[in-house]
Amino acid sequence: MSQTITEKILAAHSGRKNVYPGQLIEAKVDMTLANDVTAPLAIEVFYQAGGNKVFNRRKVVMVPDHFVPNKDIAAAEQCRLMRLFAREQKLTNFFDLGEMGIEHALLPEKGLVLPGDLIIGADSHTCTYGALGAFATGVGSTDLGAAMLTGRTWFKVPETIKLVYKGKLKTWVSGKDLILYTIGDLGVDGARYQAMEFCGPAMTTLPMADRFTMANMAIEAGAKNGIFEPDEKTMAYVRERSARAGKIFHSDPEAAYKEIREYDCSKIEPQVAFPHLPENAKPISKVGKVLIDQAVIGSCTNGRLEDLRIAAQVLKGRTVAKTIRLIIIPATPWIYQQAMKEGLLDTFLKAGGIVSAPTCGPCLGGHMGILAKGERAIATTNRNFIGRMGHPGSEVYLASPAITAASAVLGRIGPVEALPTLKKKK
Amino acid sequence: MKFSGRVWKFGDHVDTDVIIPARYLTTSDPKELGRHCMEDADPDFIKKVKPGDIIVAGRNFGSGSSREHAPIAIKAAGISCVIAESYARIFYRNAFNMGLPIFESAEAAAQINQGDQLLVEADTGNIEDRTQKKRFKAEPIPAFMQELIKDGGLVAHLKKGQV
Repeated sequence: MSQTITEKILAAHSGRKNVYPGQLIEAKVDMTLANDVTAPLAIEVFYQAGGNKVFNRRKVVMVPDHFVPNKDIAAAEQCRLMRLFAREQKLTNFFDLGEMGIEHALLPEKGLVLPGDLIIGADSHTCTYGALGAFATGVGSTDLGAAMLTGRTWFKVPETIKLVYKGKLKTWVSGKDLILYTIGDLGVDGARYQAMEFCGPAMTTLPMADRFTMANMAIEAGAKNGIFEPDEKTMAYVRERSARAGKIFHSDPEAAYKEIREYDCSKIEPQVAFPHLPENAKPISKVGKVLIDQAVIGSCTNGRLEDLRIAAQVLKGRTVAKTIRLIIIPATPWIYQQAMKEGLLDTFLKAGGIVSAPTCGPCLGGHMGILAKGERAIATTNRNFIGRMGHPGSEVYLASPAITAASAVLGRIGPVEALPTLKKKK
Repeated sequence: MKFSGRVWKFGDHVDTDVIIPARYLTTSDPKELGRHCMEDADPDFIKKVKPGDIIVAGRNFGSGSSREHAPIAIKAAGISCVIAESYARIFYRNAFNMGLPIFESAEAAAQINQGDQLLVEADTGNIEDRTQKKRFKAEPIPAFMQELIKDGGLVAHLKKGQV
């Protein structure tokens, strides 16, 4: 029986040869993940269900990243609960301040996620790990708390939408633009309950960082998971970081898909998603005059080293507009350090931006850059819902690191090409 | 189980940030979460809503984050059940796990108006709009799921089973 990569991973974890869409299965999980928002509830469930020992102390991962460094007393109390639990259960993979990064950037970087793995996380952007050819999906704290105890959970096998990307990407077009374009095409519930399989020649040449960005936003089309087939790039990424090898699965050529869509990347411009839904994507040429107050470069979507390099490339030798607050958030301590070594932080500070410690921070309106009523931000984050970055009367526009950096200089949303040419130093 | 109450109508894609804004996620206390339910869509919602009232919404209700705080906040605000054209995947599962009854009906979601009086029956999935004198049909909630809801969610239900 021909199967998709998603079906094969689910089959392998439920002791079956095949699974089919709609089938209910119980599956072993390779990892459970929780953060400072969702862990307190999951821990409560764990104890209430009679738990006293997690199923595997290496596989129950916790990262306090949302409101950390503790933004207020309530946030501090939530993190304390996690710390106590991590100590009591002797969790190997509890990453506290200093080691802490944004969970979905941190775990792949630490080599904790591998091709063929099955991962559930009490965070909707857990689908990020699909970039490595893993099945990863977000669940609520109750489902997570139960799996922390048993190492298992149940799933309904999703149907798959195959997305085929062809053609050469235009200058300054990145994975972020492709996924915003795709969400604009599918709609925010266009892949509801389904798997999004990203493939085609343009995906083969796409760097890992961009693949993470695309898989990360599968949830914004309502998907259960987003997934790439592992290739040489995946294996090179994994080899550098993990002693485990993982397991490579490929979709069979005859596998059944709910739908197949093709995109010609050579026709896709940099995209900007207008408030208040990620599906409101427009090409940069059609944005018109949108003045902004703040620009944010970071998050589990676009806070990786490659993203910071692009932002620095745009910002080098330039200054952000007087009216703009530019906030840059390297997603992990390693990224922070690398960015420092490469002189990127220097470029950001000289341009008039600030650099924050790793945190989800403003992406979900937590801290580190909250918007006032009527203010507008352009951000490399993943959601532009009402009130997402602060006051319900504020607005968020989603874009790539290149467009966000360029907009910070322009003071309005605009393309890199609109920036004045730099004078050459004599 | 039967639910009767007045309708609070919302549109498509009501996301979890609208249901309970992330700025309040530094607690898991239902009372505190309930106090801010739907605040960014309607700041006075919590002042106007009465115990037993029903939320009716369009497509993809509960999209966005995996936070269980969303169904917790809706329940704590006094809402007896939610009717929508469709639900986001994680929210759907979280709602039952938290003991919040939810129903799917495109017709009901389209035709029911703000302020209508409804009577909803879990056993049959019948939705009666007493204001408009119309009837709609949703998938019934099976008996074991109703038990789970009555107990207050999955964990409370499991605990009861153990005793």
